Amino acid sequence: MDDLNELYQDIILEHHKRPRNFRALPQPTHRAAGHNPLCGDEVEVYLAVCDGRIEEVAFQGQGCAISRASASLMTEALAGKRIDEARKVFAEVKDTLSGDAPEAGMDEIGELAALQGVRRFPARVKCATLPWHAFEAALEGTKRVSTEGWGDLSRFGAAEI
Amino acid sequence: MSLDKAQEIAPETLAQVRGSFPILAQKIGDHPLIYLDNAATTQKPLAVIDAVTRYYREDNANIHRGVHALSQRATSAYEDARASVARFIGAADSGEIIFTRGTTEAINLVAWSFVRPRLKKGDVILLTEMEHHANIVPWQQVAEASGARVVPAPVTGAGEVDLDAFRGLLQREPVALAAFVYVSNSLGTVNPVEAMLAAAREAGVPTLVDAAQAVSQRPLDAASLGCDFLAFSGHKLFGPTGVGVLYGKRAHLESMPPYQGGGDMIANVSFAGTTFKGPPERFEAGTPHIAGVVGLGAAVEWFKGLPREQLWAHEDALVRRATEGLSGIDGVRIIGTAREKVSVISFLLDAAHPHDIGTFLDAEGIAIRAGHHCCQPLMARYGVPGTARASFSIYNTMEEADRLVTAVRRVARFFS
Ligand SMILES: Cc1ncc(COP(=O)(O)O)c(C=O)c1O
Repeated sequence: MDDLNELYQDIILEHHKRPRNFRALPQPTHRAAGHNPLCGDEVEVYLAVCDGRIEEVAFQGQGCAISRASASLMTEALAGKRIDEARKVFAEVKDTLSGDAPEAGMDEIGELAALQGVRRFPARVKCATLPWHAFEAALEGTKRVSTEGWGDLSRFGAAEI
Repeated sequence: MSLDKAQEIAPETLAQVRGSFPILAQKIGDHPLIYLDNAATTQKPLAVIDAVTRYYREDNANIHRGVHALSQRATSAYEDARASVARFIGAADSGEIIFTRGTTEAINLVAWSFVRPRLKKGDVILLTEMEHHANIVPWQQVAEASGARVVPAPVTGAGEVDLDAFRGLLQREPVALAAFVYVSNSLGTVNPVEAMLAAAREAGVPTLVDAAQAVSQRPLDAASLGCDFLAFSGHKLFGPTGVGVLYGKRAHLESMPPYQGGGDMIANVSFAGTTFKGPPERFEAGTPHIAGVVGLGAAVEWFKGLPREQLWAHEDALVRRATEGLSGIDGVRIIGTAREKVSVISFLLDAAHPHDIGTFLDAEGIAIRAGHHCCQPLMARYGVPGTARASFSIYNTMEEADRLVTAVRRVARFFS
């Protein structure tokens, strides 16, 4: 139960029930869909980028508590950041979720630290990273990513299809 | 066959059956393991574990090749298992039993060796919407290779094959083969295979029955069913992984080219040309999974020795009890409410995604599966990304069924 409380922290449950920026942007400069065929999760991430700065991030889709909360937290964490800063946040989140970063490292990323309970649940890491991979795909101009693609399966399992 | 008439099973018999599965006597964290992922794979009784161990300790050798004692023992163990399986599923003779890697390979074998050579452009391979990917993808592959089409017969809201539509397709379309599941792994539906097979026979269409789930859930008699092919996996019948069975009518098997080439399947090889053995060897190229086959033979003999009718009745009671309990929880929706249904409960919870249910239950020692269960087209049919699935076997208990219900109630509270 301790691990479970660690996974489903109050912040996670709260973002799951009341996701922030849960909408489509009418005129996104970037957008991409993330798909996890194993559980059917779908997330669409929208960005409004101006002069290298992310002005708005929003998402839509269906998914588990972890992927939804992760997406919601992501929209708050990335809004207002320059693209290079946002990429750095993603890298930190990735390292933290994969267990490559010490837990303390999460302090620098504020509320996102709530995601760290996922590292004890290897089967759920993909749920947490799905929206982030969609975000990255949107930046790169890839329309769609899948956790089970046949490209280079990184340890996060995301690849282009 | 009616299971209602089976007498109630004695608690000692149940305890004895359960006691044959050493893996079940463990804790996951602080909780006793409750294994409800039996549709994915069943656990293995001591009879199987011991048979595999004994084979490796005492008899291991390659088969059909050596004159020495071990090779002869290994060969008889392998061929005895074939005879056991033949008797178990009512094959006319052991030559109709081909050992494969599992259901998947058995279906691929039929797709490439039986169907592909006779498939013409515009032909139809008739399936149902409730098929496992193993009974969809191989057909798509051969259809693509020959310009044929794969057409699924519709499934009703309750999760039953629409029999009239199935018959209609058989009559209207140029069907080259009808392949369908006996017991659905994601809904638990028991299909009216006798009626489906009769309809196919009337239309002169050969058939394949996917018995992956049925083999542990229903008496199987290939000859009286009258199907042309039937496939199942050892690991869902209390046997090892990596071994399965294709049953095929001898006349078909005789007419089919090899699926793979290699050792053991040839009569004579020369660079001028090679001749092949007859079935079943023609379809078993290379050194097979001998220990797996031995384990499967042991599983079949063990299972045959059980009071199966009573155990199935017990399992049905577990499913009914858990279904009633789950239905009483606010926000639970059960997918698959066929009149004839066994073993499986697929469900959704308003408050929680299947994945969250799975993680939560795992923390209480309860193993279920969350996802699409290799039935994406069926999930699409119900407009859901996936379900949480609890699947029961003969060794589960009433207490486990009740614990599942209590735990799901807690999940519902936790996430709402
Ligand atoms: C109905 C059905 N068909 C086919 C399969 C495929 O079996 P295997 O993976 O053992 O080849 C399964 C198992 O998941 C199944 O449940």
